[in-house]
Amino acid sequence: MPLITSSKTQPEYDVIIVGSGAGGGQTAYTLTMEGVKVLMLEAGRSYDPQTETAMFQTGAKAPLRGSSTPDKPFGFFDATIDGGWTSPGEPYVRASPGRANQFKWWRARMMGGRTNHWGRLSFRNGPYDFKPRSRDGLGFDWPLDYEDLESYYERVELLIGVYGENHGMENTPDSAPGVLQPPPAPRVGERLLKKRSADIDVPVVAAHRAVLTQRQDSKNIPAKLHPNNPKAQRVLREAMDSRAACFWATSCGRGCSIKANYQSTTVHLPPALKTGNLDIVPNAMVREVETDDAGRATGVVYIDKTDGTEHRVKARAVVLAASAASTVRIMLNSKSKRFPDGVANSTGLVGKYLMDTVGASVSGQIPMLENLPPLNEDGAGGAHVYAPWWLYKEQIAGKLDFARGYHIEMGSGKMMPKMGTGSGLEKFNGGGSWGKNFKQDVRRYHGSFCGMAGRGEMIPNEDSYCEIDSIVKDQWGIPVLRFYWKWSDHELNQVAHMQQTFADIISACGGRVLSGGPEKDRRDAIHPGGDIIHEVGGAIMGEDRRKSVTNQFGATWDVPNLYLTDGAPFVSNADKNPTLTLMALAWRSSDHLVGELAKGNI
Amino acid sequence: MKSPFSDRLDRRTALKWIGTAAASSLIKPGAFALNSSPAAEPGVTIAAAYDGPGYGADPDVIKDYAPGELWPLTFDDHQRRTAALLCGLIIPADEHSPSASDLKIHDFIDEWVSSPYPQQAGDRKVILTGLIQLDVTSEARFGKKFVDLKSAQHAELCEELAIVKPEAAPDPSEAAKTKRSLQQFFRTFRNLTAGGFYTTPEGMKDVGYTGNVVLATQPKPPADLLARLGLD
Ligand SMILES: Cc1cc2nc3c(=O)[nH]c(=O)nc-3n(C[C@H](O)[C@H](O)[C@H](O)COP(=O)(O)OP(=O)(O)OC[C@H]3O[C@@H](n4cnc5c(N)ncnc54)[C@H](O)[C@@H]3O)c2cc1C
Ligand code: SF4
Repeated sequence: MPLITSSKTQPEYDVIIVGSGAGGGQTAYTLTMEGVKVLMLEAGRSYDPQTETAMFQTGAKAPLRGSSTPDKPFGFFDATIDGGWTSPGEPYVRASPGRANQFKWWRARMMGGRTNHWGRLSFRNGPYDFKPRSRDGLGFDWPLDYEDLESYYERVELLIGVYGENHGMENTPDSAPGVLQPPPAPRVGERLLKKRSADIDVPVVAAHRAVLTQRQDSKNIPAKLHPNNPKAQRVLREAMDSRAACFWATSCGRGCSIKANYQSTTVHLPPALKTGNLDIVPNAMVREVETDDAGRATGVVYIDKTDGTEHRVKARAVVLAASAASTVRIMLNSKSKRFPDGVANSTGLVGKYLMDTVGASVSGQIPMLENLPPLNEDGAGGAHVYAPWWLYKEQIAGKLDFARGYHIEMGSGKMMPKMGTGSGLEKFNGGGSWGKNFKQDVRRYHGSFCGMAGRGEMIPNEDSYCEIDSIVKDQWGIPVLRFYWKWSDHELNQVAHMQQTFADIISACGGRVLSGGPEKDRRDAIHPGGDIIHEVGGAIMGEDRRKSVTNQFGATWDVPNLYLTDGAPFVSNADKNPTLTLMALAWRSSDHLVGELAKGNI
Repeated sequence: MKSPFSDRLDRRTALKWIGTAAASSLIKPGAFALNSSPAAEPGVTIAAAYDGPGYGADPDVIKDYAPGELWPLTFDDHQRRTAALLCGLIIPADEHSPSASDLKIHDFIDEWVSSPYPQQAGDRKVILTGLIQLDVTSEARFGKKFVDLKSAQHAELCEELAIVKPEAAPDPSEAAKTKRSLQQFFRTFRNLTAGGFYTTPEGMKDVGYTGNVVLATQPKPPADLLARLGLD
């Protein structure tokens, strides 16, 4: 079973999965390894990272030196196809006025979705993060505990490969010995940031990222992940052996042709296809889930984007993993007599409690880092260090004016020059220069800059949600989403704290703040909703079917054979970037689905 | 950087996404909010993809591109000569690397100002106007166009335009205004020259960037550097 076209689909599958990103990839992996016959529908085109990744290409040979355009908002080489803040043919409506209240929706319409270019930061949620309401009375508790997910975190870390270190810090879980890959050493500027941050009691430690710094242990991991399943072990061993370790060059945002980092297209989908249990139809834009009179999902309807034709496919169960808001869109567009407000939406909660991550950033220049000698600091193509939230005690003691934490993603290095290199030096070289002096200045300052980005927890609120717009339709005639957004004082105060902390760290390094800082109004400093691209929520899970859309396994209460395995069922959005948790949950939900299929419940 | 969003949706795009019939009743010319959408509020916008000219949302990222390949260039012969000269003045050859004009960075600047994308529209105006102003100023002061000046005269102008000292109160005279706009032109031109130059292999080497090569292990920074920074 391989990549196929619409005309080649089977009359019926065990499971249809919508979406091929982190959630769809993990679900397909787990199901097919257990022998379940799966059809995956992906709205984007197929994509081959081994031949399509611009690994060593440099700006000099790219249009506009590779800088960002409306066609490629994160730059020419970024591994995003037919996406960005807008996506061809698929508009959306932003209904809240004002900069801070906008919701920006990033999509990637391609096989593997956003996993081809994501930042690969992979942190576990801690025990507090599953019970936030019990801790401070805000938001909701999850219907599961850290302990319920712990073994799944470990499985995902072993499968995809995550570098990092254990530090025994509060609510920042350690992995079992031998699970994490060794972290890269910090870059020179990052060593300085780490040392000086410690002076002001901000702990900087190794980041956790889904990058192999060494080859995976293909002898032992497969048996650990798939006990008593020799076929799965063999398939996984082969897949692991096809992945190289990071070769300390290039930028992970372009994707990785040697499969050293995690992308669904290099890690989840190849072994899933190898099992022979997976068909994938690309360019398949799912419009709705169909249900029978008994309220069971029977399959989905999709538009084949290559010719605009409509298709119906059938399965015993349907899994939506189209990315949180896209999943909401499909659900709300799936109207029937039984579900007049959208499938599995008897509570009216589908679309509610949309969350992103709170973001703010400050950049600085550090004189100690001027005139660095020639260096190769490409490293592992992304973050090497970060500061986990360190003020849990102060926060619970009521000493802070915001309820939830943030971590700091920080970086400095002699990175590959790009558009912008040599700009803005007039701020510190006496008003500007030209000629040999200018060249001298560029040499002096290159690598002396640092950046700090806060990533904080947003508390779900009633004013951040999406619904179907009553007028606007996409290119295929499918109604689109309309987003509403609002930050509360918790997020705005958190951002003010970030700005102060980042300025303090830069000062501790003897540097100067170039943009941002405590003077900046918190409403200007906070990124608009969606800007951090950690969209979760919209179909929250819970213990009580009247107050949630799915159970703890992502199965919708109303339609037991309809599962959600992307970020939609998230109940809170801890400061920890969501994707590792999303994959751990997807694995757990898939195990549950396998069990239900085996028991004949579905 | 300017937001890639179309914050104000033009009428044509609105028509495309909401249909002619709906649009004509909902959208007044010049006002692009969808006034009759549910919960209508000012500031409602449609985020629709850019569909102007460009390389599209799925370009071939593997192949090499040269200026002029994707969209026609702008500079005439005189503009090109002036731009080449300026490139060489801003980034001349030295013991570390060749000049920006040796590396044809003026062709890159031409590509940049000829871009069909909205991000470059501001720079296009600054550069094309500035090139004219530069000649006007050269002729007024030295009786010749910029390309025909002697090197001491180039130096005199570059010195004035490259280095901007803070003014207590901006001088309101016409001459001062012209100088300020030429300084802005120079800054933009310098930024583009630098971006173009330092993204070439020669420029990367010049600033001591030695990455983008396959390595078996992560390189260690020199011990004396760490010692100097107190990081050993
Ligand atoms: C620049 C960037 C950096 C990021 N960095 C990090 C990070 O460091 N750490 C982290 O944890 N997270 C990060 N993220 C977020 C991360 O990418 C997402 O959390 C993750 O990809 C979510 O997986 P998903 O499967 O829900 O969605 P996606 O990966 O977006 O996949 C969804 C797929 O569904 C398809 N689809 C959508 N609608 C339909 C439809 N109607 N029919 C058929 N198919 C459909 C889409 O085309 C897409 O391929 C980052 C994201 C971006 C963009
Ligand atoms: S830095 Fe390493 S993991 Fe990232 S793209 Fe390059 S080789 Fe792959």
